[in-house]
Amino acid sequence: MNYTPDRSQYPSKKADGTLDIDLTSGKYLKLWQGPNHPGITGNMSVELTVCGDEVVEGKTHVGYLHRGFEKLMERRTFIQCFPIVCRICVPEPDFNEYCYAAAVEDLAGVKSPERADWMRALILEMGRINSYLMYLGGQAGALGLGVVGQWTTYVRDLMLDRFEEMTGARIYHMFILPGGVRDGLPEGFDKRMEETLREIESTMKDVHDVMFRNAVFKKRTVGQGVIDPAWLDQYGITGPNARAAGVPKDVRRDHPYLVYDQLDFEPVIGHDSDIYTRSDVRRRDLLMSVDLIRQILAKMPRSGPLMAEMPSMLHWKIPRGETYVRGECSRGEYGYYLVTDGSGYPRRVNVRGPSYTHAMTLLERMIVNINISDVAALMVSLHTYPPEIER
Amino acid sequence: MRELHTRLKQLFPLGELTEQRPDLAFVTVPAAFLRPTLLHLRDREGFTHLVLLTAVDWLEEGQFQLTYLLTNRHAATTLGLRVMLPREDARMESIHEVWPTAATYQRELREMFGIDFPGSPRLHEEFILEGWNDIPPYRRDFDTLKYARESYNERPGRETHDPATHMKQKLYPGGA
Repeated sequence: MNYTPDRSQYPSKKADGTLDIDLTSGKYLKLWQGPNHPGITGNMSVELTVCGDEVVEGKTHVGYLHRGFEKLMERRTFIQCFPIVCRICVPEPDFNEYCYAAAVEDLAGVKSPERADWMRALILEMGRINSYLMYLGGQAGALGLGVVGQWTTYVRDLMLDRFEEMTGARIYHMFILPGGVRDGLPEGFDKRMEETLREIESTMKDVHDVMFRNAVFKKRTVGQGVIDPAWLDQYGITGPNARAAGVPKDVRRDHPYLVYDQLDFEPVIGHDSDIYTRSDVRRRDLLMSVDLIRQILAKMPRSGPLMAEMPSMLHWKIPRGETYVRGECSRGEYGYYLVTDGSGYPRRVNVRGPSYTHAMTLLERMIVNINISDVAALMVSLHTYPPEIER
Repeated sequence: MRELHTRLKQLFPLGELTEQRPDLAFVTVPAAFLRPTLLHLRDREGFTHLVLLTAVDWLEEGQFQLTYLLTNRHAATTLGLRVMLPREDARMESIHEVWPTAATYQRELREMFGIDFPGSPRLHEEFILEGWNDIPPYRRDFDTLKYARESYNERPGRETHDPATHMKQKLYPGGA
């Protein structure tokens, strides 16, 4: 039997368009999901106003993690900024390093060597796999499938081992810097990477069986949280959230950077634009990254410089100018807007993270009229990381 | 990009085009013409994606620069529109009706730079900062070091250095 809620009890709108919610009426309840809550993506919270178990209004609150990176960078020289930027995003820090380095290079007129570009593409794809693995664990966990997170954490750890042998660090790699990258590949890296990729592929088969063929997961995600393709431009939706709506929006293909024009791939798209499709697009995108890593390792040059000729870092001044550099991270379009004024310090750095639009205006629109128990699944399905919002 | 600039210049009083890359350029627009230019770019030129909206503080020149970055995905081109505002009592027309997502950017700009966007939804609600009563912190005249010294206690045994001077002394102890 279909459930038809009685809309007469829901809040009417005031003249200014806001909802007329009278908490003393006893019809509504304020419910905070976060900042300490298993069903929240990172350090943020959603202030829900519920009527029964249905959400009538949701407001995203951020600021729990604000460290003022953009302001800090204005007091640091261009090279001193590079170890800071990766700290903006834990699960996929390398995009900050790449976008910052590429923006500085663009304004300073430096060209990174070809081998460094291949190394950069390799590390970015490795980071993408890690980010998707964390996402899949979170998406399944939001619906009570805890075991998927344990499996994906295991294979993510194997990928962290590859990061460690390549860069010396597991989480914050500080590997891509203006001018190139710090080092080449260690001996025997290809073989160990192939073993890791096979382990990931094997785990993804299990994840597919347990998560994507699971009746409960399907029942709770199919047809839930649909993004209308018409919203893509209105809300600045990018990445898998856009691709699941059938639009092949992928910076790697639309604005090829690094070596992506030499790699063979097609953006992964879905059609139903619901939570299930978004999860599936990310799963298939992860497998595409596995393939891209194999292509990169097969095609990349093994000798040649890794750093361009650089001026003295202490006296490095960049002429006045502004630029924007973007890349396709696991959540969508990641970009750095950099403004220089001729001094040795950036005048302004602005980080454009996809969660800025996905977790704010988009989530606040989508959260209305869903059940409280689906809030976590919806929020995770937008794949949001709060540090990108508050930087 | 030059052709687009020529076309736009016939309609709006734009400044000179600054071509940063073949696929990226910036142009200055008078504040009064921003909205029609944005609508024209969105509806007639295919620049449907608002990448970001941010501000740059040119303290020495007494101006704020607002940057509206738009992308035409099919033509793979990105155009940045610069709007220069006086720093004193800075205010700008809201574009949340053109792109709903702009409301978040405008809320942040009001909080971090003190730029007003009358009519923008939830503009005066706290966004990132809580109980902030100093000048907007992303303005160039806000001194982070001074604020930290006044607001937080020094941890005993901890040294702080000016990064540039410290690096110089470490690398060239005798002075160079």
